Amino acid sequence: MAVGRGSHKLEKLLKKGAEASLYRTEWFGDEVIRKARILKTFRQLNLDIKLRESRTRREALFLREAKRAGITTPLVYFVDLIKAEIIMQFIPGRSLKEIIESDDEDISLKWCTEVGRYVARLHKVDMIHGDLTTSNFVISHDKLVMMDFGLSFYSQRLEDRAIDIHLLNMVVQSAHNNYAENIMHAVLQGYQEIASKSNSLRLLERIKVVERRGRYKRVE
Amino acid sequence: MKSLEISTGEQEDSRLEITCLGIESTAHTFGVSIISQRGSAKPEILSDIRSIYQPEKGKGIHPREASRHHAKVAATTVAEALKEAKKPIESVDIVSFSQGPGLGPCLRVGAVVARSISAYFHLPLIPVNHAVAHIELAAMLTRPSDPLVLLVSGGHTVITSLTSERWRVFGETLDITIGQLIDQFGRTAGFSSPFGKTFEEYAKKSQNYIDLPYTIKGNDVSFSGLLTASKRLFHDKKNLEDICFSIQETGFAMLTESVERALVFTEKDELLLVGGVAANNRLQNMLQEVCKIHKAKFYSVPKIFSGDCGAQISWNGLQEFKAGIKLNISDSLVKPSWRLDEVVINWKSF
Repeated sequence: MAVGRGSHKLEKLLKKGAEASLYRTEWFGDEVIRKARILKTFRQLNLDIKLRESRTRREALFLREAKRAGITTPLVYFVDLIKAEIIMQFIPGRSLKEIIESDDEDISLKWCTEVGRYVARLHKVDMIHGDLTTSNFVISHDKLVMMDFGLSFYSQRLEDRAIDIHLLNMVVQSAHNNYAENIMHAVLQGYQEIASKSNSLRLLERIKVVERRGRYKRVE
Repeated sequence: MKSLEISTGEQEDSRLEITCLGIESTAHTFGVSIISQRGSAKPEILSDIRSIYQPEKGKGIHPREASRHHAKVAATTVAEALKEAKKPIESVDIVSFSQGPGLGPCLRVGAVVARSISAYFHLPLIPVNHAVAHIELAAMLTRPSDPLVLLVSGGHTVITSLTSERWRVFGETLDITIGQLIDQFGRTAGFSSPFGKTFEEYAKKSQNYIDLPYTIKGNDVSFSGLLTASKRLFHDKKNLEDICFSIQETGFAMLTESVERALVFTEKDELLLVGGVAANNRLQNMLQEVCKIHKAKFYSVPKIFSGDCGAQISWNGLQEFKAGIKLNISDSLVKPSWRLDEVVINWKSF
């Protein structure tokens, strides 16, 4: 369905991500992003098609559903499952990763607390983001925007919530090692503002269990 | 015995030759290697002798049996390494050993041998982390400048890069390693570990892809579901070549995707592949493809040094010694759970 597709002549490659390329383009006169999940020739074709289609579907679904949980996400305009493409709102701004790397610590920590609140709101309605990293949040017009829901899924399992936070922790420990403790403290503080006390405590306990399962982690 | 002082940049010291005897004994391999380096010249691997414990068909490494094997071959392997290096023991300056991570009983054999040589010949004793040693030897042989590293073996599945004196982990397995996946499936099919080489030969003979669980969580991977599903295919009498092919295509695609994510996130322009599974051609091809897309340079450890070997331990021991690291025998207990990211890297890797 190519009707209404903005002219590709105006299209500009904004970012070549790992999974998808982001193009800035037009959609009925609006400035939008075309997120195209690219064919990966290193994978078996069947597997690749299956993954790209299901991730595109999930992403479109969760971009919309997360809004109902009170989370700011880009608007979805159009989804093409065959091409594995989503046309979505263009969000100007800087990624949380950039802000942590270049801004004052109290500013970035303020946003990390907001990250915690966002994740707790998702978890509260049984949504798991599945790919929490500091590059998957953008700060735009003084608002935190959550994106990249390609690995998201529904789950009520404590285990999945714990892994969600554990993955973020790993990225923070490796990419922002100088501020890692403060960042995770802020995230968990934000989380506890939204989640009930007992749920937060159970989650913290479970995160420890997940960590201990890691290769060569000492059992304490 | 030569008396040794660490060089502080004075000219006469820069030409000083240091010879290290390194002992590897984390799992199935008992390896001894002699390596020499004059000043900061290119190090020379003078010998690298390995004796590998072979489990029975359909069995994995039995830690006790493996340690007995190591104890039996230790003396002759050390002697052979010295002989091939054409170095008398008196010309060895330092002794290094893999202190961890690995199987306790196996590690203890290497540690006992290293302590004995160190005590008898009054040589400094250097502790080496086996994972760091895999990376360091590969880096010395391939010379990247600041790579993202994928370490894949029976003991490890880790994506890491060196920042502020530590190997920071960007992604890893949440349960078993890629090597365990391959070996444990191999055991189910009646082969003894390590199964990697035979596995690749079987996989090469098929083009028939069977759908298997593909589990990516952020930058992390999980292979336990893939193992269970593969075993089920075997019990359902599916063709072994097809199963091996499908495990390879699924498991390696997961790894390649994680690497791609980490490459983009860290903005590195080099990838270094190390560890026993690095010897697999299909994995190399997949990673090369991703490197091409993101304009990263691909490096892979030479096949002969991809598996566990003494050269890893002797080279890293030498680096550590030059950085002033030494160990008292009383502190030399083995560390079966010694994570890569716990080691402070205060020497220059690249």
